[in-house]
Amino acid sequence: MIAAADLSPAYDLIVIGGGPAGLAAASLAARAGLSTVLFDENPGVGGQIYRGITSTPVKNGTVLGEDYWAGAALASEAKASGASIVNGATVWTLDPSLAVGISIAGKARLVQAGRVIIATGALERPFPIPGWTLPGVMTAGAAQTTLKAQGLVPSGRTVLAGCGPLLWLLAAQLLRAGVKIEAMLETSSRRNWLRALPHLPDFLLSPYWRKGLGLMREVKAAVPVIPVQKLAATGAGKLKEVVYVSGGSERRLLADLLLLHHGVVPNVNLAMAAGAAHRWNERQLCFVPELDDDFGSSVPGIAIAGDGAGIAGGTAAAERGRIAAIAAVRALKPEASVPAPQVVRQKLAREEMGRAFLDVIYRPSDSFRRPEGDTIVCRCEEVTAQQVRATADMGCEGPNQMKAFLRSGMGPCQGRLCGLTVTELIAEQRRVSPAEVGYYRLRPPVKPITLAELASLPIGEAERKAVER
Amino acid sequence: MFKRLHDTPTVTIKVNGQTVRARSGDTVAAALLAAGIDHCRTTPVTGAPRAPYCLMGVCFDCLVTIDGIGNRQGCLVPVREGMEVATQVGKREAGR
Amino acid sequence: MRTADVVVIGGGIHGCSTALHLALRGLKPILVEKDYAGRHASGVNAGGVRQLARHVAEIPLSISSMAIWEHIEDLVGDDCGFDSHGTVLVAESEEELAGFRARVDELRLRGFTYEELIDRAELKRLVPAVSDHCPGGVVSRRDGAADPFRTTQAFRRRAIEKGAEVIEGVRVTSLSRAGTVWRVETSDGPIEAPKVVNAAGAWADRIAAQLGEPVPLEVIAPMLMVSSRVPPFIQPVVILRGRKLSFKQLANGTVVIGGGHLATPFRDENRTVLDWSKLTTSARTVWELFPVMREATIVRGWAGIEARMPDDIPVIGPSSTSEGIYHQFGFSAHGFQLGPGTGAMMAELIATGASNVPIDGLGIARFSRG
Repeated sequence: MIAAADLSPAYDLIVIGGGPAGLAAASLAARAGLSTVLFDENPGVGGQIYRGITSTPVKNGTVLGEDYWAGAALASEAKASGASIVNGATVWTLDPSLAVGISIAGKARLVQAGRVIIATGALERPFPIPGWTLPGVMTAGAAQTTLKAQGLVPSGRTVLAGCGPLLWLLAAQLLRAGVKIEAMLETSSRRNWLRALPHLPDFLLSPYWRKGLGLMREVKAAVPVIPVQKLAATGAGKLKEVVYVSGGSERRLLADLLLLHHGVVPNVNLAMAAGAAHRWNERQLCFVPELDDDFGSSVPGIAIAGDGAGIAGGTAAAERGRIAAIAAVRALKPEASVPAPQVVRQKLAREEMGRAFLDVIYRPSDSFRRPEGDTIVCRCEEVTAQQVRATADMGCEGPNQMKAFLRSGMGPCQGRLCGLTVTELIAEQRRVSPAEVGYYRLRPPVKPITLAELASLPIGEAERKAVER
Repeated sequence: MFKRLHDTPTVTIKVNGQTVRARSGDTVAAALLAAGIDHCRTTPVTGAPRAPYCLMGVCFDCLVTIDGIGNRQGCLVPVREGMEVATQVGKREAGR
Repeated sequence: MRTADVVVIGGGIHGCSTALHLALRGLKPILVEKDYAGRHASGVNAGGVRQLARHVAEIPLSISSMAIWEHIEDLVGDDCGFDSHGTVLVAESEEELAGFRARVDELRLRGFTYEELIDRAELKRLVPAVSDHCPGGVVSRRDGAADPFRTTQAFRRRAIEKGAEVIEGVRVTSLSRAGTVWRVETSDGPIEAPKVVNAAGAWADRIAAQLGEPVPLEVIAPMLMVSSRVPPFIQPVVILRGRKLSFKQLANGTVVIGGGHLATPFRDENRTVLDWSKLTTSARTVWELFPVMREATIVRGWAGIEARMPDDIPVIGPSSTSEGIYHQFGFSAHGFQLGPGTGAMMAELIATGASNVPIDGLGIARFSRG
């Protein structure tokens, strides 16, 4: 366990995030001789996709599947590479001078980097349905996390709802672990199929094709899959029923746990707060960073690898991490030997193939992204869709003004669970594109820190010396 | 809401003064879910109950007081023997 | 060609207030703002509405402003989140308190009685959470705080309702004399008007330089931090003199911590970079002054770009070189409270050629004298 006081004042490379992109980047850079530290806020490495990879109690290999276990190699490679891997380390600021603010066990430090690779990955797209704040409603990713990291599985009446590859994967994993799933409520529009057709040839050449069909077959054999056009969670103080509309009629399902998912989007908070330029991606319906061929951002010295660079999945993330790391090595230690980038780029291209088809086929329907009425949009400050729409109609043109009027995005999650919804709602009211509306202006600390932690930050030469001693 | 696939709990923590058994490797949020505790805080705005939502450090609905320090993300903190966890009611008390 | 009676450059609290007061006097102003109203310091400052501890040259404007603040809803149709729980300047030592006593005595000699020396007991009554090492302070009981963005927006909205035109996302590129009027070139075409107000904040020196009156304006970005919501524990705004601190709890429970530690501003990119060493100093000051805050979480830090003059007082009044141009900038991190009154004074000056509110010592010529 590395403590804040054990950190060097400076590293050649600081990697933020211990998922596939971060692990691959740190390994490659450390092997090439860069002094490398990887900060990850979770108790163990693996990110979300390989969550608990070094510690999972789920020893039956088939439950999580072979794609999960592929993460073990990445983790052990990183461990052997000589990179310092620091878990339980929360990065709360990164500025254009490449100073990284880090907090470990209640102690804060500023650490200087020669280069930074942000590998903070993705988060699940906000899924603002009525009742989504009730205890008993969680993300599908959350259930996958408890399965992988703790061997905890749903025990009561369990309903899955939404769309996307991860929802099918979770359903299959839960079934293999012996969990009964009452229903899978599928929210994607059938019309997506037509739009996805042009991307079908690439998809058929990708590994997703065979794996995806297999998962769907496995799930459909055990769980009723119901197409739905409306969805709500109800209950007093906790989830009691899932209410949905399918084929024009409203139905109700008693449920203890509702697991929601309609895709993942880049976790932009750290990159945006560091000043990296982002733009709206209409196909993935999210903001993605503007990056060069080496995943370098608009801020010199900061690269963004993995799903944070735009959603492409775990194996692509590792290749992206390698490309970013090769660029870091070439900049800081040109004489070091690194893998040929063209080879890595070819692998990456193969991994990214088929993604467009998935983006289009699982494009979440408008009504599930842009709620109405008193559905909560900002979970922290409990701001409703109606409030956001009405305030936009009053002339509030952007998310930053919305923060001032309604406090949306001002709570501890700092807009992570409402940012895209607020942007899309304003865009809809103003009849302009989300690109024009833009996103919240994000400011550090990107994760809350206590006043005591901040006060503990060594400042000035004397204090820093005392710490380094 | 959740059950353990196999491992038997080996760590003991206190939640609002009550003894809760957890597994080494649990996060605080996971231990609360495994123990069937149905919410871990009420919101400062309306007092609505909240339980862990994302378990990956982004939603802040699993905020709890751990060993006297409030507003900690339960999903990021591993349990330790003897740890004292308290659910949070509305606005956290400033200093105590 | 657009024409107006007055072009106001800059949509901060000052530009919006001046536009409103001009419109109330029956004139037709056009306000030109390069971003949106309240985008910079006017929208994101600490919101302090204080007369306490002001430079003598500003006191008349501050007093006239306070009279407007106390009935702000009558003027702009919004209470602007204004509340009045006083500002307390806390002394951290007997020595400091003695200095404060001298200042309060001096103000009384000048006839200003709103600053009041308080002892330890009264300090504890007003601010129970303050650390025991503080022996007293000064209170200005009518002071308060408001929501800065909401306030600036309220002035903007009411100005439009009263006939002002507000053009946002449009940048002024140059000024030139065109016969009897000024031609203001913008990124959206020219506007002609006999009078122009330079309320361009951190960008105002560029306008002044075009008029042949360069000023030593420093672009600054005072930093602020805000905590998550905590239960109510303090009502007045607290400020320090020896160390940099302004500290107040909003009605929603969040605590705003400022005091003038500066971020690095990049005014051409609308961007600031926070300085965590200085924010750490702020955190330590709060740690010592308000022990109850030690475990509160800081959820966001930010800084608003604005202008500071070398003497820390604003530039207000007619141009020294150019007939029809008026300056209203350089508020040096304490201009928010002055917005309502300065706009009223400026509109009066433009409309009638004179104002009863003295602005002696604030003219731009002070920077060109030898």
